[in-house]
Amino acid sequence: MSKSVLVDITRCIGCRSCMVACKTWNDLPAGKSEFTNNWDAPGKVDADNWTVVNSFLIEQGDQVKWRFVKRQCMHCNEPACESACFTHSFVKTKEGAVIYKPTELNQDYCVGCRYCMIACPFGVPSFQWDKALPFVQKCRFCYDRVKEGMQPACVTACPTGTLTYGEKDKLLAEARQRINSNPNYIKQVYGEKEYGGTSWLYISDVPFEQIGFKTNVSTKSIPSYTWDVLKWTPYIFVGWGAILTALHFYTKRRAEVHHEEEMYEAVNTIEDNKDE
Amino acid sequence: MQKTWSFKLTPFRKLLIALAGIAVVVALARFIFGLGAVTNLNDEWPWGLWIGFDLLCGIALAGGGFSTAFIVHVLHKEKYLPIARAALLTSLIGYIIALVSLLLDIGRWTNCWRPFFYWGYHSVLFEVFWCISLYTTVQVLEFGDIFFERIKIAPLKNILSKAMTPLLILGIVLPSLHQSSLGSLYIVTVDRLNPLWWSMIIPFFFVWSAFFLGPAMVTIEGTLAARAYNRKPELPVFESLTKVTMWMLIVYLIVKIIDLNYRGVYSMAFNGSFESNMFLVEMILFVLVPIIMYAIPSIRKQLWGVVTASALVVIGVIFNRMNVVFTGMAKSVGGSYFPSIWEWLITIGMWSILVLAYLFVVENFPILAKEHEQETAVSSGESISTGTSVKA
Repeated sequence: MSKSVLVDITRCIGCRSCMVACKTWNDLPAGKSEFTNNWDAPGKVDADNWTVVNSFLIEQGDQVKWRFVKRQCMHCNEPACESACFTHSFVKTKEGAVIYKPTELNQDYCVGCRYCMIACPFGVPSFQWDKALPFVQKCRFCYDRVKEGMQPACVTACPTGTLTYGEKDKLLAEARQRINSNPNYIKQVYGEKEYGGTSWLYISDVPFEQIGFKTNVSTKSIPSYTWDVLKWTPYIFVGWGAILTALHFYTKRRAEVHHEEEMYEAVNTIEDNKDE
Repeated sequence: MQKTWSFKLTPFRKLLIALAGIAVVVALARFIFGLGAVTNLNDEWPWGLWIGFDLLCGIALAGGGFSTAFIVHVLHKEKYLPIARAALLTSLIGYIIALVSLLLDIGRWTNCWRPFFYWGYHSVLFEVFWCISLYTTVQVLEFGDIFFERIKIAPLKNILSKAMTPLLILGIVLPSLHQSSLGSLYIVTVDRLNPLWWSMIIPFFFVWSAFFLGPAMVTIEGTLAARAYNRKPELPVFESLTKVTMWMLIVYLIVKIIDLNYRGVYSMAFNGSFESNMFLVEMILFVLVPIIMYAIPSIRKQLWGVVTASALVVIGVIFNRMNVVFTGMAKSVGGSYFPSIWEWLITIGMWSILVLAYLFVVENFPILAKEHEQETAVSSGESISTGTSVKA
């Protein structure tokens, strides 16, 4: 049931049709662009750009290669943003999409604390900094389309077959088949194991760390780290409370009685007394 | 008991009031125009000065409240009673300031009441939020006991007196939990926060340091209050508190070294990078040096000695929190952040309000110990306030 997208870096030509499709379908405002030497603009996802295509110039021996990498929310199996949110404003749907409830399901509990942005290992959730009451924004895996059996907007726009949409286990098998049948591929499916696995999977013919991916990261999901600590809370609450209560009554028997009201005085009273 | 309320206006206090006023205006602008208009926060640095300093450091500095409560009311080390109320007061004001900072910092502030009803209990922030809210309530009630000494409403005072023991216990359990969970917040930054600071036992480091910070903070406050009101600093109390801080600092240092070794990142502390240097400064200047100063009697028995060492401990904990929030994260998140003038003005205004509130309450409520008893108790040498000396 869980859906997935396989991104084959070797096939991307950097046309950015996916970016345009994303903006159009999701009704995101256009930003005014400028002429710049930076061919990688706009660089990173933000509140109005839920997907971006980054460009990398890779030198391999005497060869120079362009590689283009579409980035967006990875839609983790166990999302860090979902576990970090203390109002439970993110949810991983059975279709695989990680969605933000205030804008997606009209359940506006988000307080805008931005802990999701700290928690996300891929730096995806973005904030509407220019709004008075901002929302968190990120790729929603075109939840409205996927729910109706359609493909995400970006996948429909891709002219080269870089993006393949389908059932997760089938796409994982497809990814393995491709990297094993062609020696050019790096023997890794990025997103299979990273942080407990993600719904978006990448395969590439250049090392992932050269095209903006963090490699050698934990294969444990971020929520499981947190839970390892958080699960002790009730025991600490009860145990520490019991120890303190016992100590309090044990030492109290030996302590002398105090009349606290006689011990302390307001500074002004003291000064008044001095004046007299 | 004096009859009227009074608050003398000195030039310094007028300056503080002006700074507080500016902060209120900036805060209004922030609520109307949003965070982007007022702060330099961005997608790479979603948390800045208000969370890093006002919240994380403010709450840590308020740790004096729970460590003093533990020492005085659970262990019944009665010689520390003279400082108990001042510590509670600072802590209470510190928490209120932290809550106001939080309200300023959250983007959708109109939803600030929602977390009480929509529970994301798998979030560390859930624990932090509930503990801080409940503990602030507990502190207000604890303070109510003092409040009703001044405003005589006997029935309320009686109810509070009866509830005091469970409140005191809660008033230690709750801060223990959230001081540690403020550290646990950063467990999610695995692979991003520099390994010199990231650790699965970062909650231990946070709660432990908040606890040993308490006595140091009480020493600084006590000295400042004594200077402001021409009183004698409670030097014997300060000196005897150094034992608590020193042993806790030693344990902190040992656990830190074991933790670094266990995770195999010990050598990172000496690789000459910016992070490693900041870490060494933190460990040597703000942990090792205070331990040595506290250990030498001729230093800790002097007012300058105990105050300097305590100041190092206080600055050290702030330095540690700043390292976790900024230094340790900088390399992995990229981008840049430096607080805007408006962020600074709000922070400065907040702390001005803290000072003003402290002064007003101390001058009008029975917070500081009566002075003549101090002298008799100190001259008697043994315990500072036995039951008889209080009655005398």
